[in-house]
Amino acid sequence: MTSTLTKPPADPVPTPPRRARRAKAGRAGGQMHAGPLAYGILVLFTVVSLFPLVWTAIAASRDNQRLAQTPPPFWFGANLFDKLQIAWVDANLGEAFLNTTLVAGTSALTIVFLSTIAGFAFAKLRFKGRNALLLIVIGTMTVPPQLSIIPLYMMVAKLDWSDQLQAVILPSLVNAFGVFFMRQYLLQALPDEIIEAARVDGASSWRVVWHVVFPVARPAMAVLGMLMFVQTWNDFLWPFLVLTQNGSPTVQVALAGLGRGYTPDQALIMAGALLGTLPLLLVFAVFGKQIVGGIMQGAVKG
Amino acid sequence: MTSRHDTAAPPAKGGAAPGRPPAGDAAEAERKRARLSRRWQRDMRWSPYAFISPFFLLFLAFGLFPLIYTGWASLHTVELTAPTDMTWVGLRNYTRIFDDEFFWNAARNTLTIGIISTVPQLLMAMGIAHILNYKLRGSTFYRVAMLAPYATSIAAASLVFVLLFGRDYGMINWVLNLVGIDNVDWQNEHWASQFAVSSIIIWRWTGYNALIYLAAMQAIPQDLYESAALDGASRWRQFVHVTLPSLRPTILFTVVVSTIGASQVFGEPLLFDANKGASGGSQHQFQTLGLYLYEQGWINQHLGRASAIAWTMFLILIVIGLVNSLISRRLRASS
Repeated sequence: MTSTLTKPPADPVPTPPRRARRAKAGRAGGQMHAGPLAYGILVLFTVVSLFPLVWTAIAASRDNQRLAQTPPPFWFGANLFDKLQIAWVDANLGEAFLNTTLVAGTSALTIVFLSTIAGFAFAKLRFKGRNALLLIVIGTMTVPPQLSIIPLYMMVAKLDWSDQLQAVILPSLVNAFGVFFMRQYLLQALPDEIIEAARVDGASSWRVVWHVVFPVARPAMAVLGMLMFVQTWNDFLWPFLVLTQNGSPTVQVALAGLGRGYTPDQALIMAGALLGTLPLLLVFAVFGKQIVGGIMQGAVKG
Repeated sequence: MTSRHDTAAPPAKGGAAPGRPPAGDAAEAERKRARLSRRWQRDMRWSPYAFISPFFLLFLAFGLFPLIYTGWASLHTVELTAPTDMTWVGLRNYTRIFDDEFFWNAARNTLTIGIISTVPQLLMAMGIAHILNYKLRGSTFYRVAMLAPYATSIAAASLVFVLLFGRDYGMINWVLNLVGIDNVDWQNEHWASQFAVSSIIIWRWTGYNALIYLAAMQAIPQDLYESAALDGASRWRQFVHVTLPSLRPTILFTVVVSTIGASQVFGEPLLFDANKGASGGSQHQFQTLGLYLYEQGWINQHLGRASAIAWTMFLILIVIGLVNSLISRRLRASS
């Protein structure tokens, strides 16, 4: 439920470029080297961060009998692929993966598109009420979406949308963070001269968006897309309420069903958890640097 | 959604290129130019609104309207089985909740779990960020590695932690045994279970917050440190007198966000003892307000009462927000 996953940028007073540039100049100056103690703490923290994930795989490769012994297993057993296969079938993970990919993909793409055009308008276009509207956008970030679930649930019931993916996709599209994130990026990355040049050539606002804004914004759009994909992929409460395990669950809903039962097969649960996490871990392994950069950018540029 | 843009931003076919009249009738060209220029003006005036309107429409439909409607529903009796039949009951839902000991129990648990999960989390994040701000070999690796929990879903993380916190065969009790501590019943003891639930939250969010702090630290001008060093300030004093004051807005911000997150905790306690349903443990010892809301609305099927819980949570958040802005204003005034 801590689905404030992408925490909005740090301080909402938008004077970013100067600060960021000064930061770079500052860092070029002499900075303290880390001592062995610092490395020790970092390594410990890294181990704590990664261990539960590794151990998920270890537990998934064992069986109930081995997991009910001390000391607990520290290395892989022989059952990993069997358990992964059973979990895949039992929890109907194939369909869940398809559903979640659809939900997270559609949400991420739509959020990125809408955030980019709105962010562009707030960053570069002049219109009446711009500042007030921007304040409202920022204000909406502080309203936890979970407080709206009951009317949303009533809507879903009325429209007969339970177990339909649009019931999950539509509410997830409200995303002020994305608007703010893109605004902050475009404020800095998109020079006014380019827009004016395009205007002089007679380009309409839509052409400017299509031929100028999108190409410039592409890196930020990619980062935002990944962050939103992760957030929607991991979303729990709302999908849990409107999707059922036997209907069209997302991965998280399917996983929640694995933990029930009188004597649940622990290894199987771990196999399911592993499968549900693996795609995102792969994304992080490949694009980790960009994601870290994006999160930090969002934090300071606010 | 996108269909709205068409009305506001006319297609640019032919381009609004003034000053290039086609050869021929001058009056015709003049009319055409006027038309293009009108279109151009319309585009300049309205397309900004077209660009931001999808966000606001979505927010109205799926953010603001439901929020207000929750308040309306909280004044009615609404059953889960017939969510559209509403009977006016005034404030009775609220009095029912306030008379329910489990509401207060959940409120207490939300508060204590919120504190146990947020305070150590932000303190550790600060320390880690400070270390990451040193010159480091392999800094990217550490940053990505500590973000791995953030990529793990609540469901997956909770399921793993349930095993790690197992009473008889869990890894954590095994380690505690090694240092001579007896098995702890992490699911059934009051404080132990709250700590265990909190640890899931801490695990998932510390690295992320560390990156937020790190970003803010890197924005601190280096000359502040240099002049502090010239004044003979130790590393610790530099941290206290230069780093912390510069991070104040970021710290306040993470506190606000964590508070909102803490008030909403749901998935971790739900899955930490999945066989107990939404009761949050055998004695409700880790039932949070989020879980209590779910129990009232979806297990006991009283959506009206659940709405009253939601609005109570909302009001609590507003109060916290006001207190927070008061504090930050006072801090700003004093600095």
